[in-house]
Amino acid sequence: MVQLTINNIKVNAEEGMTILDAAKSVGIHIPTLCHLKNLAPTGACRICSVEVEGQRGLTPSCAYPVFEGMVVETNSPRVRRARKTIVELLVENHPPDCLICVRNKNCELQDLAEQYGLREHRFAGETKTHAIDISSASMERDPAKCILCGRCVRVCFEVQKIGAIDFTNRGFTSIVTTPYNKGLNISDCILCGQCILVCPTAALREKSSLKEVSNALNNKNKYTIAQIAPAVRATLGEEYNMPLGTDVTGQLVTGLRRLGFKKVFDTNFAADLTIMEEASELINRVQNNKTLPMFTSCCPGWVKFAEQNYPQILDHVSSCKSPHEMEGAILKTYYAKKMGIDPKDIYVVSIMPCTVKKFESNRAELAEETMPDVDAVLTTRELVRFFKMAGIDFADLPQSEFDNPLGESTGAAAIFGTSGGVMEAALRTAYFKLTGEELTQLDFESVRGSGGLKEASVTISGLKLNIAVVNGIGNVEPIIKDILAGTSKYHFIEVMACPGGCINGGGQPIHQKPEKVMKRMKALYQIDAEMQTRQSHNNESVKILYKEFLGEPNSHKAHEILHTKYFNRKEILNN
Amino acid sequence: MHKDVFKNYQKNDKSALIPLLQDVQSLYNYLPEEALKDIAEFLGIPLSRVFGVATFYNQFRLTPIGKNVIRVCRGTACHVKNSSNLLFALETALGIKAGETTRDKNFTLETVACIGACSIAPVITVNDEFYGRLSVKDIPKIIKTYTTAQQKAAVEIKAEESAA
Repeated sequence: MVQLTINNIKVNAEEGMTILDAAKSVGIHIPTLCHLKNLAPTGACRICSVEVEGQRGLTPSCAYPVFEGMVVETNSPRVRRARKTIVELLVENHPPDCLICVRNKNCELQDLAEQYGLREHRFAGETKTHAIDISSASMERDPAKCILCGRCVRVCFEVQKIGAIDFTNRGFTSIVTTPYNKGLNISDCILCGQCILVCPTAALREKSSLKEVSNALNNKNKYTIAQIAPAVRATLGEEYNMPLGTDVTGQLVTGLRRLGFKKVFDTNFAADLTIMEEASELINRVQNNKTLPMFTSCCPGWVKFAEQNYPQILDHVSSCKSPHEMEGAILKTYYAKKMGIDPKDIYVVSIMPCTVKKFESNRAELAEETMPDVDAVLTTRELVRFFKMAGIDFADLPQSEFDNPLGESTGAAAIFGTSGGVMEAALRTAYFKLTGEELTQLDFESVRGSGGLKEASVTISGLKLNIAVVNGIGNVEPIIKDILAGTSKYHFIEVMACPGGCINGGGQPIHQKPEKVMKRMKALYQIDAEMQTRQSHNNESVKILYKEFLGEPNSHKAHEILHTKYFNRKEILNN
Repeated sequence: MHKDVFKNYQKNDKSALIPLLQDVQSLYNYLPEEALKDIAEFLGIPLSRVFGVATFYNQFRLTPIGKNVIRVCRGTACHVKNSSNLLFALETALGIKAGETTRDKNFTLETVACIGACSIAPVITVNDEFYGRLSVKDIPKIIKTYTTAQQKAAVEIKAEESAA
């Protein structure tokens, strides 16, 4: 233990702790911009500067460890003046767009300008101008709004281990961009949106689909249908200051109906369907000695990563479409026929926690004839904006139920939104398919939690399955290398590109609360635990769908409608 | 052919980035895009980072260099002696901006902070040759010295074409 004084308060801190963390432990707030918890400090922005007695200059508290007898001042006139100047310089080189900015009222630069009482423009001068990169289907990059904190660069390189963007040039012309300033769509980017979640301003943001969706809702000839991803219900309440992990399913359904959607279905229905297909595919691969291990295919970020970097392992990726694409495909075939609606008039909108899903819904092969399975994707954040625009007071909405038959779901589907969930759901059904009996213990604790790589082995009627759950695309490479070397011991591997899974997806509410992943995860496991039916194969609507339309899992018809193919995108990118 | 240079380095040795960039540049006189991609793959560094380093340091160039490099001194002494006019005259005569190369790849125009020849300010260098105490009037003559007969003919034909 080290004893030091911060603002005349005696503080006991652990050895190696930074001044920033020591101050936080006694309720002293020091502002930060470039700081990212759990990553090595860079000390780039200097906004966390404090005065340390005996030191000539100001000290960046995010990078400086405490020592015995240290005397720190975090709020002296000198410190305040320095911080204010830093904020002023950043603001002067930033477009004055607050009123029309997508991050208005949720911007760290705006907060700092408020906290340090900026009331005049002292440094008006030349400002940088850059074109907005709108090349990708999911994201926009607006370097003019960038304050060069480097958080996106570090998340992309150090956490996700992709490194699609980095600092280029120097001084005034310095900019975070892709190699050769090319569009994100032809870079190494997988569009996961983790950079958006850490961006303090609107330099990185989703590409909005609000206009298309709004137009479709106003078009009388369109039969608009919304579907909600499992992870959205556990996070959307945060935008209305509800506690982390509040389940808002009922209000979401009501809200979407009030926006004008004719039907509101649950992507969880299709998640159950995915499990039926995926578990059958796995059993088929294991019993017939086909390509193993098999990867899950629900995460379009992971699929894009494999296509771009390791096209040689695409045979290992399950051919199942992702759940919301399956839901769309069923809506435009089975449901349209059953209800007597022309599928061309159906407009499917997916409410997703994810930015890559926008890219995915644009993929030409994810379509029935020429109709895309899903017409538009809205992220959690966009939906909140839509509610606000429509005058819907979300917090006060009554709860209501999903429409049927594509609204019924089980607990197994609910946990799709968290790392380990798809695996757990698949195991529950695979066990039943192989033994004809239900599992007595449904919870697989070994695949839960936020570890980067979770492993387990399960023996089902003499068949030993080694499974792995990868959490965050940065942890997947060693596993792929093992497969390429022929030394992989696994049969089934779940990959979700975002750390924590979809609950921490790139389309989710933006804030830096460290406990968000665990709390949101808990909410989904809670939904699962409270469900009466917790295995996908017991979803009555899914059973009826197979009986009336698809035949059985992995049938020819199921393959036509629910499965897809992948492309060697490495070649496409290099040419 | 830049892959021959790789033999002197260890695969995945991230610290080799700058020397490797230097070696490849001395081979081509600039850093072609293909070479940057190969370097990124060889050292196991994302292309974005390699590109970032290559654009950070002034010593690296990403476009081919001209046969003759003109450097205009923009240091204090030259500035006081109106070197900005020299730069403007060169930019006008060559039809390019500082940092660019003419389309026929004969000239590259650059600015430098100080050449260390303040006593003969304002000064420019062409390759290793120094030209001091210059005025705007001297520029056409200097450019002419480094233009071959063939290039002159090409320029004249172009002028005739545009006149017609």
